[in-house]
Amino acid sequence: MTAQEIYDNLKAKFGDAVGEARLDALQPWIAISETRTREICQFLRDEPAFAFDYLSCLSGVDYADGKLGVVYHLFSMIHRHKIVLRTMCTREHPHIQSVSAVWGTANWHEREAYDMFGIVFDEHPDLRRILCGDDYPGYPLRKDFKVPEFYNGMKVPY
Amino acid sequence: MGILNYKFESSNILITSLDGLLNWARLSSLWQMQFGLACCAIEMMAASASNFDIMRFGVIPRATPRQCDVMIVSGTVTLKMATRIKRLFDQMPEPRYVISMGSCSNCGGPYWEHGYHVLKGVDRVIPVDVYVPGCPPRPEALLEGIIKLQEKVRKESLVKKLVPSA
Repeated sequence: MTAQEIYDNLKAKFGDAVGEARLDALQPWIAISETRTREICQFLRDEPAFAFDYLSCLSGVDYADGKLGVVYHLFSMIHRHKIVLRTMCTREHPHIQSVSAVWGTANWHEREAYDMFGIVFDEHPDLRRILCGDDYPGYPLRKDFKVPEFYNGMKVPY
Repeated sequence: MGILNYKFESSNILITSLDGLLNWARLSSLWQMQFGLACCAIEMMAASASNFDIMRFGVIPRATPRQCDVMIVSGTVTLKMATRIKRLFDQMPEPRYVISMGSCSNCGGPYWEHGYHVLKGVDRVIPVDVYVPGCPPRPEALLEGIIKLQEKVRKESLVKKLVPSA
């Protein structure tokens, strides 16, 4: 199925929850609402025509203009087609609906995005930091992050 | 043992200082704290394997710090790991030694500037006896580090350390 067909189908079913899209890109992407990601992803996975049974990657992004985002790379093992979904949230209210109930692999990916960008995934079963220590100050991959002078009494900068 | 065979049959007495004997025993059995942190650990494993055979220097990996003489910090010391390393080092009985293996544990290595999660040198949390440079060092380099540490142990005096008046 082409990206255009996927977009048309999603737009018809979810309306406003599906935003802008760029379908002529090397990796065509579709923007979706951050409060309905779970529903949309569930549909993309379960509908036999789409059958996106594999979440290749889930990454956090800091767009450096007050917006944070999450990018989902989906792939269908059955139909061999793929699509990219994007969601955005603000830095002040960094909440995005979790998709870990749809793809189990999203569990750790979302924990990583939470660890590095501070994006809170609502309805995540176990949202803890995955790489940094539990007491690590701040979110290291945000553009405005400053390395702390000390961490647990250890000097951090060179 | 070829050249020593049948040499001590009639008079099996050797004269040496107590320090000499103790140090010889200690430097010939530097038991190693068995853990690896990053890619340097692969070279450390290669050093343990048959081509380089670190065990011929008496370096035996032990799975508990309480049986160890030397800790080989092989790899990137993250901030999260640094507290664990400190604790493991504290659990080792004295006299204890530390070999810092590779650029990361020497000074932070490639993470020296942007490594928000990396300790810039393990000597910020524990004292280091021998630094082995390299990224990662070849097993020969680690063997050289072991030999350097043995030289250090050979020059020490445990007797003077234990009895301050002696």
